[in-house]
Amino acid sequence: MELLVVLLVPALSAILCVLPIGGGLAALSTVVGCLAVFLISIHVALTTITRGHVIAFPGWISCDSFGALILLLVAFVGLTTSIFSLGYIRRVVPQEREGKKRRYYARFNLFLLSMLAVPAFSHLALVWIAVELTTLLSVFLVSFEDTSEALEAAWKYVVLTCMGAALALVGILILYWGMKIAGRGDFTWSGLIVASPDIPGPFLQTAFLFILVGFGTKVGLVPVHTWLPDAHSQAPSPVCALLSGIETTTVLYTIIRLLPALQGLSHGPGSWLMAAGLASAGTAAFLLLQVKDYKRLFAFSTVEHMGIIMFAAGIGGTSAYYGANLQMVAHSVTKAFCFLAAGSTLLVVGHREIASVKGLIRVSRPAALALLTGSLAIAGAPPFAVFLGEFSILKAGIQSGQEIPTVALAAFIVIGFCGVMYHVNRMVFGPPDEEEAKVRLPGSVLVALGISAIPVFLLGGYVPGILEEMLRLAAASLGR
Amino acid sequence: MTDLQANTELLTKLNGLAAGLFLLTAFGMIAMRQVLACLKLFVWQSILLAASATILGFQHSSVHLFVVAVITVGTKSILIPWLLVRLVSQEAYARREISQVLNIPTSLLLGMALVILAYFASSPLLGASQDPFVRMNLPVGTAGVLLGAYAVVVRREAVPQVIGLLAMENGSFLAGICIAPDLPIIAELAAAFDVLIIALVMGLLTRRIRERTGMTVVGKLASLKED
Repeated sequence: MELLVVLLVPALSAILCVLPIGGGLAALSTVVGCLAVFLISIHVALTTITRGHVIAFPGWISCDSFGALILLLVAFVGLTTSIFSLGYIRRVVPQEREGKKRRYYARFNLFLLSMLAVPAFSHLALVWIAVELTTLLSVFLVSFEDTSEALEAAWKYVVLTCMGAALALVGILILYWGMKIAGRGDFTWSGLIVASPDIPGPFLQTAFLFILVGFGTKVGLVPVHTWLPDAHSQAPSPVCALLSGIETTTVLYTIIRLLPALQGLSHGPGSWLMAAGLASAGTAAFLLLQVKDYKRLFAFSTVEHMGIIMFAAGIGGTSAYYGANLQMVAHSVTKAFCFLAAGSTLLVVGHREIASVKGLIRVSRPAALALLTGSLAIAGAPPFAVFLGEFSILKAGIQSGQEIPTVALAAFIVIGFCGVMYHVNRMVFGPPDEEEAKVRLPGSVLVALGISAIPVFLLGGYVPGILEEMLRLAAASLGR
Repeated sequence: MTDLQANTELLTKLNGLAAGLFLLTAFGMIAMRQVLACLKLFVWQSILLAASATILGFQHSSVHLFVVAVITVGTKSILIPWLLVRLVSQEAYARREISQVLNIPTSLLLGMALVILAYFASSPLLGASQDPFVRMNLPVGTAGVLLGAYAVVVRREAVPQVIGLLAMENGSFLAGICIAPDLPIIAELAAAFDVLIIALVMGLLTRRIRERTGMTVVGKLASLKED
């Protein structure tokens, strides 16, 4: 029941947004809707801890603690970005273009709906459709600014990810065929695990590769990542926070959820995931060094982190799965914070070029501080959440005897750290070119930055008991 | 008994014909220079997909597959072409499209290589099934997916790229109707809806790109890249 409400609320908000009444209604209904979704997601998460799962429609819509973890992440980032949008959209869209604002909020809600649907659905065919909808419902958010660059980014985004989705569909259909040969069960995540010992090996192998390449396109795996820095830099900043922070994570979740079904294979998926992860992390770490646009900087950092999480999932074993899940949580909240900080910077300086931003701290203290903390946090400096996640992944890598790839990953993380900090350092400090007037940020932007900073700091020092329990359950559900 | 066998044999042959023509249309989409001709081939391909679904429906005596055939004809060969023609200006269809990354003879050779690849990729799965329909549709469907992907990659015009994507979906479904004939109807409906949204979204985007940049040659949009 709760899950249905979670899905209905954004749908309802989207309808309210389209209605041509009053100025503030669209924004208000979006924020209130996101708050409601967040509160219900907490309830769902707590229920999954005590009862193991929440079921709305058996075999179709249900979620266990791993799903609830992702649901909670989506809801949290949705809440902070909706608050951020209030101030951001008011600044960016001219006052008289009421319709454009309403369209933004309507699309925002629909996009959020599709991302909430991915963890809430348990039937694999529906999951595929939800993933495809995350693309289709966000295309016009990417092209929202309507420049030729934004349109180019949106086109690349939709073409590449739809190609990926068509490949993943073949994989899903092969899995369904395998289930039929095994002769039992619902076509759900849990049904797949139960039936997997009876599914012939080649089926699982082929299906996994199709899904890895297909959905990997959407996650931003090298070499099919080319759309990601474009789309994640051209979209309006709150949308970037959604795209980078949680859209990639929800799709990665669907790939990782396949793992327990594949454990009987002789050539397991582990080496594929590790190779793909290392390639992504390595390529992105070097590309980070040469960026000229600070939103692209964070977009490449997303490719790097997706690689790290995939590597962790490839190592296998409970402690590596725990690290992967922790890193997923840490990356989502931190990257969303980073993009909100980048959005604040954009509001202050008005362009995205790294080279011509200097001495930001003298122009706007909140934007500069947010950008600096966000970059330190995402680059993996202690005492932030990402550091904890990366540390547990590297530890799990060494413990499981994968020394060489783990050391390579550590090297890529260090290169990535240097890349991010080199650019951001120059932006924040250093003398400004000319004496610029101080710019004040809208109140809602400051509130959103404040709320989204909480988990970035908190999770670095200590993981709350409930979250710890959810991470543990999620890691356990990935093993056998 | 012999009657049933004769029946199955006839249906197998018919399905083979449909699948063969399906592959031919997939090649045609690579070979055609004109945008409108591409679209027409896509309509034919969708009709062949529906025909294969109908034949399989007779074989498995399942109403379900007839519904799939009706949905396919309705969305892919009527609604989507109509949408694409309405949304994108006529000028995009009239032009002879020459901007293609590789020339057509090379493309056809590469296409043949892709078909061979598709047969290799599906051969480990075919070992598990003696069903003649699966042995026909799975490799042809996979080949359809790969050929569609190839068309998306080499074409520079917006509309042929959309058609390439939709052809990939057609390939998946041709494989899907034989390996998962009893996929719940709600999933089929949602998938049809999804394909429709793809066409709508990309059509609108193409229109927007044309309004903004004055062209639909998306391959020429290249301001975003790493130096």
